[in-house]
Amino acid sequence: MLVSVYRYNPETDREPYMQDVEVSLLEGKDLMVLDVLNLIKEKDQSLSFRRSCREGVCGSDGVNMNGKNGLACITPLSDVAANGKLVVRPLPGLPVIRDLVVDMGVFYKQYQRIKPYLQNSSQTGNHERLQSPEDRAKLDGLYECILCACCSTSCPSFWWNPDKFVGPSGLLQAYRFLADSRDEATEERLAELDDPFSVFRCRGIMNCVSVCPKGLNPTKAIGHIRDMLLSRAT
Amino acid sequence: MTTLRKVSFDAVVIGGGGAGMRASLQMAQSGFKTACLSKVFPTRSHTVSAQGGITCAIASADPKDDWRWHMYDTVKGSDYIGDQDAIEYMCSVGPEAVFELEHMGLPFSRFENGRIYQRPFGGQSKDYGNGGQAARTCAAADRTGHALLHTLYQANLKNETTFLNEWFAVDLVRTDDGDVVGVIAIEIETGDVVFVESKATVLATGGAGRIYASTTNAHINTGDGIGMALRAGYAMQDMEMWQFHPTGIHGAGTLVTEGCRGEGGYLVNKDGERFMERYAPNAKDLAGRDVVARSMMTEILEGRGCGENGDHVYLKLDHLGKEIVHSRLPGITELSKTFAHVDPAVMPIPVVPTCHYMMGGIPTNVNGQAITQVDGRDTVIPGLYACGEAACVSVHGANRLGGNSLLDLVVFGRAAGIFIEEQLQQGIEHTIASSDDIDRAVGRLRALDDNDTGEDTATLKRELQSCMQNYFGVFRDGEYMKKGREELDSMRERIADIAIGDKSKAFNTARLEALELQNLFEVAEATAISADERTESRGAHSRRDFPERDDKNWLCHSLYHPRSQKLTRREVNFSPKTVETFEPKERTY
Repeated sequence: MLVSVYRYNPETDREPYMQDVEVSLLEGKDLMVLDVLNLIKEKDQSLSFRRSCREGVCGSDGVNMNGKNGLACITPLSDVAANGKLVVRPLPGLPVIRDLVVDMGVFYKQYQRIKPYLQNSSQTGNHERLQSPEDRAKLDGLYECILCACCSTSCPSFWWNPDKFVGPSGLLQAYRFLADSRDEATEERLAELDDPFSVFRCRGIMNCVSVCPKGLNPTKAIGHIRDMLLSRAT
Repeated sequence: MTTLRKVSFDAVVIGGGGAGMRASLQMAQSGFKTACLSKVFPTRSHTVSAQGGITCAIASADPKDDWRWHMYDTVKGSDYIGDQDAIEYMCSVGPEAVFELEHMGLPFSRFENGRIYQRPFGGQSKDYGNGGQAARTCAAADRTGHALLHTLYQANLKNETTFLNEWFAVDLVRTDDGDVVGVIAIEIETGDVVFVESKATVLATGGAGRIYASTTNAHINTGDGIGMALRAGYAMQDMEMWQFHPTGIHGAGTLVTEGCRGEGGYLVNKDGERFMERYAPNAKDLAGRDVVARSMMTEILEGRGCGENGDHVYLKLDHLGKEIVHSRLPGITELSKTFAHVDPAVMPIPVVPTCHYMMGGIPTNVNGQAITQVDGRDTVIPGLYACGEAACVSVHGANRLGGNSLLDLVVFGRAAGIFIEEQLQQGIEHTIASSDDIDRAVGRLRALDDNDTGEDTATLKRELQSCMQNYFGVFRDGEYMKKGREELDSMRERIADIAIGDKSKAFNTARLEALELQNLFEVAEATAISADERTESRGAHSRRDFPERDDKNWLCHSLYHPRSQKLTRREVNFSPKTVETFEPKERTY
């Protein structure tokens, strides 16, 4: 099988290039893209990429495969390269450190910006805060985010304004805390998002939804934040 | 002489998993200059893969639940070589540590009354084994590790811990006086080598499941802390004790939580028989993991395995109905579809025992202080601490109960943090590292970079993993282990002499993988020698040539000494502070 991989080593390459590699696969066995990258690396140790859990929960190996962002470890070749050719590039829109490894600094900064931690100053003592199953259910579809950046790096609004638009991942997490019945900082959280860029740069393109490897829906969460901001203004 | 960039902290925690981040959080909260150094961005750590929950007697499912019952179960689960003072500490402090996580925001699942949801897990009983199955495992659906790890990262952000993300620790820096004063680390993005100086160095580097060919562990679980400690000459405890999780997905090795069986799933052989009824008539599929894993292997070896090659059994969940499977086990549904191509609400999942957890590790006391032995007596190593899977405190003994690893992480990460805080307040004085001390710690890295002829990492790693898989798996035998040890002997020099084909600096993962393989080898060798020398069967260590537990000779920890490659015995603690000792009994489920 022909695999075309994005290569760039800042110490030796003046500019990035695509390298074609022929990978021999076992007949009848459907590999994940990560397995293919590992096979290539066995032959050419200089290929760099991130990987950890290899089961789609750690979010290390977000890459762009045949034009679509996803996790290499849970993307079967049969899904992504049905035409017999696989093209692997780094996540778009972030600076490349080397090969498939991108600098996620700006992505993490947007995550930090939304204060991704529960804010509640009440004393609780040595027992848990109560939360009804219905209130807890409001966090489903939000807390499962693995910070892989597949969504934000597929978002044209994030490409344009990565410093000012929080992006789908960060906003999904912002809503995770807005929606938590235990959190008391709703007003402060909304105030910090209330400007033309942080939330309202979302144009409802929904690339984030189509690429999320966990099946989450950031656009919907952004819609909820939008509603909260608007009803706050009136 | 080497001049390296130096950064200094009050405390540095190596590892950004649950234990490491709980420790760093504790110290950052008190305002100490704390760094958490991790070779991956912290939420990529392997704690993220924990599924079923954190076992702890918070008395939610059963208001009468008692931490002493949990303690009894854990002592029994350990096959009586867990230290009872440490188990007492973990089970009694546990509720406080779990409530703290809830306060930080961990999105636990809930019961109707709003309290934390708890599910049944293996080896958990009420009333010291007399009251039937207990539901004691606190869960966030089947993504508890993910929820826990992200919550801890968030709490560390809030408390402004310094994160050295994507830094790789190479070796400990030790002075001539034997003080540990920090580590040598590679900043992965640039390839720069840095001396991270610290008054307290905490190894929270997790497990090393990658010594086996088939494992539930992440690629990053390469025993880096164990490797560093062994190279420094420190003894390791109970390294023969490896848990094989009953339900790894056949072929892929990915984990399927014990919570599946807690929710009512069970195992069947090729005849559709629920075979655990034969091996553990009371607890059945929720017997200790070692018991279930051995039963499965016996079914497979006696020709009752499933599939074309009869090399696995089935985990049946479809009788629970779509509603339960999809709502309580959403992550499992996803994993089964991806890696086994089955929807567990419709079809059974093909599973096989898979290497999962290292019960052994760096011996520590309940304060996280690393211990070594001098002339047969316990001695604290100045400046060095350990917690989590890398440590052996020892709460798991010869077999860990499900859900006890997450509890171990937060309780002992926290305990180490609290103790180091106190030490820092009193003032910690170490000798200053000389340039010779630093040169020594950089030696391995320099040798790797200077070496041009040698074998490659991938080939050697495969050889190591298949050796461990073949000779040191679920069932062990002296004759086979001798062969295994011979193979390992032949690998030592070759792995020390790896040549990497890429010597560039920026994000060079070839260099890291070679350093990781050297750590894996240290772990594998300690495991092999400890397993061969412990001539009995206990917990996860099961020998065909010594099938019985031998309390007369082996009701003790093993200590593997890397310099002499010899095994000695260390006493198990049988003196809990507030309850009566649990005396060893025959262990049945």
